Amino acid sequence: MTAPALHVDGLSKRFGGVAATRDVSLTVMPGERRLLIGPNGAGKTTLFNLICGDLVADAGSIQVFGRELRGKPIRARTAAGLGRTYQVLTLFPGETLLHNVALAAIGGGRTGWVPWGSFTGRADIRARARAALAQVGLEQQGECVASETSYGERRRLELAMVLAQGPRLLLLDEPLAGLSAAERVTVRAVLEALPRTVSIVLIEHDMDVALALADRITLLNFGSVVLEGTRAEVVADPRTREVYLSG
Amino acid sequence: MRRGLATAAAVAIALGALPWLLPGSFYVAIATHVLVAGVLALSLDILIGACGMSSLGHAVYLGVPAYAYAWLVANTGLGVALSAVLAVGCGTALAAGFGVLALRATGLGFLMITLALGQVAWGLSYRWVWLTGGDNGLRAPRPVLPGVDLTQPTAFYYLVAAVFLVALTCLWQVSQSPFAACLRGARDQPRRMRMLGHPVWLMQWAAFVMAGFWGSVAGLLYIWDYGFISPQTMSLQQSAEVLLMVVLGGAGTLAGPVVGAAVITVVKTVISSYVDRWSTLLGLVFIVTVMFMPRGIVPGCRRLFSARAPRPAPAKA
Repeated sequence: MTAPALHVDGLSKRFGGVAATRDVSLTVMPGERRLLIGPNGAGKTTLFNLICGDLVADAGSIQVFGRELRGKPIRARTAAGLGRTYQVLTLFPGETLLHNVALAAIGGGRTGWVPWGSFTGRADIRARARAALAQVGLEQQGECVASETSYGERRRLELAMVLAQGPRLLLLDEPLAGLSAAERVTVRAVLEALPRTVSIVLIEHDMDVALALADRITLLNFGSVVLEGTRAEVVADPRTREVYLSG
Repeated sequence: MRRGLATAAAVAIALGALPWLLPGSFYVAIATHVLVAGVLALSLDILIGACGMSSLGHAVYLGVPAYAYAWLVANTGLGVALSAVLAVGCGTALAAGFGVLALRATGLGFLMITLALGQVAWGLSYRWVWLTGGDNGLRAPRPVLPGVDLTQPTAFYYLVAAVFLVALTCLWQVSQSPFAACLRGARDQPRRMRMLGHPVWLMQWAAFVMAGFWGSVAGLLYIWDYGFISPQTMSLQQSAEVLLMVVLGGAGTLAGPVVGAAVITVVKTVISSYVDRWSTLLGLVFIVTVMFMPRGIVPGCRRLFSARAPRPAPAKA
């Protein structure tokens, strides 16, 4: 039997008296596109932070492709195939796009330990970085400094960085946030073009794009899973309107 | 790469010619002091420039290898070469241990832990009298090389210049490498670097040990240069001074720490012969630099020259 890409069971996290996530259980199968929705403060980003190891869970288990990762360092999670983007852009703004992606391409390997030779001058690193940039349509801007590119290009750069890691499970935290209509079309095309060998869990408030991408949807509220189902099931459920769409 | 090798060759020629240009052996000795301080400042710049971590305990790596060398030469029959290797090893091993403790914190916490560790080492050097000689310190003669009289200032200068050149070349290589790129990435976005699969803590610890190694090399040169080591060498003032060298010259520039080391050493040893209040002068230099070149002398001068350089004419339509 195929192990789920992501299996979260009974995951809980409290910040003092506030329960950010409460007994959250979630199973994402390989190749699936899962959309997480919920109002602000529902615990979506906290759930991402728990899965990728930025936060330590109080209880529950996290399995990525069958490997238990709760209590393991972030590096073990990326080695298991996990990659993520952040709601707020987390780039190296003073460096070129190629340099940004090259840093991602050598993550988890031994190249980062090499204390000699030129970093971006290495042909193998440049090739991998260029391939990832081409995947998001930025191959021509490789030598541009990240801070001098548009917001939309920086969003795509973040995607290129996570793709350069060769992930099998992608956690995308609002990849369309702050983009213009034209830029949304571009990023949507990039996401749609990703092969089914990559499973995706997506937080997104642009429902047109998100619903078009998602196979299944999970609705969170006050840190708990309210309901889960196919697009049609979740959209038709009155609780979705009550918790999320009415706001 | 070619540009780097050409720069290294130019630095080597300049260092080789310097004793011929200086007016006397006193100034050759001052140049030697500058190079020793330069190696120490370069070692601290690994932490400040690449990792963004300011240390107030770096003089430990100047003092401990110097003590270790002086003690080994005086109390064992190991010989100069083995004593030197063990002394540098001792300083590097200490950095490995101190790094584990100091890297539990970042920013101000890191600064405070390195300060505390430095003060512990300084206190021990005062109180562990049978090992360190206490207030009196320890003495060690310059090594004897076959056919070379290292008691001559010029001969010793060339030895130090050779070590300085090796340190500069190695650290330049490191600054261009994937390892340094990862360190700078961890300095700017540690969370992102962790998520990209980089072992951030381990890399910073390796950089800490590397800084300790080159600091220990400076410590060995120090005991050969001055022939004497006392607790004063490991004091907070000494640690602050080397930090000042890096900040004054410009962190993360390689040339910056050396320029900072030159300014501070010259003010301390040459200007102090003419001006009683030389420390006031040093303070003024620092204030003026921070006001007009907040990133240090070398980045400030680069900015000044690039602003004055003629801009290319706009292309005609």
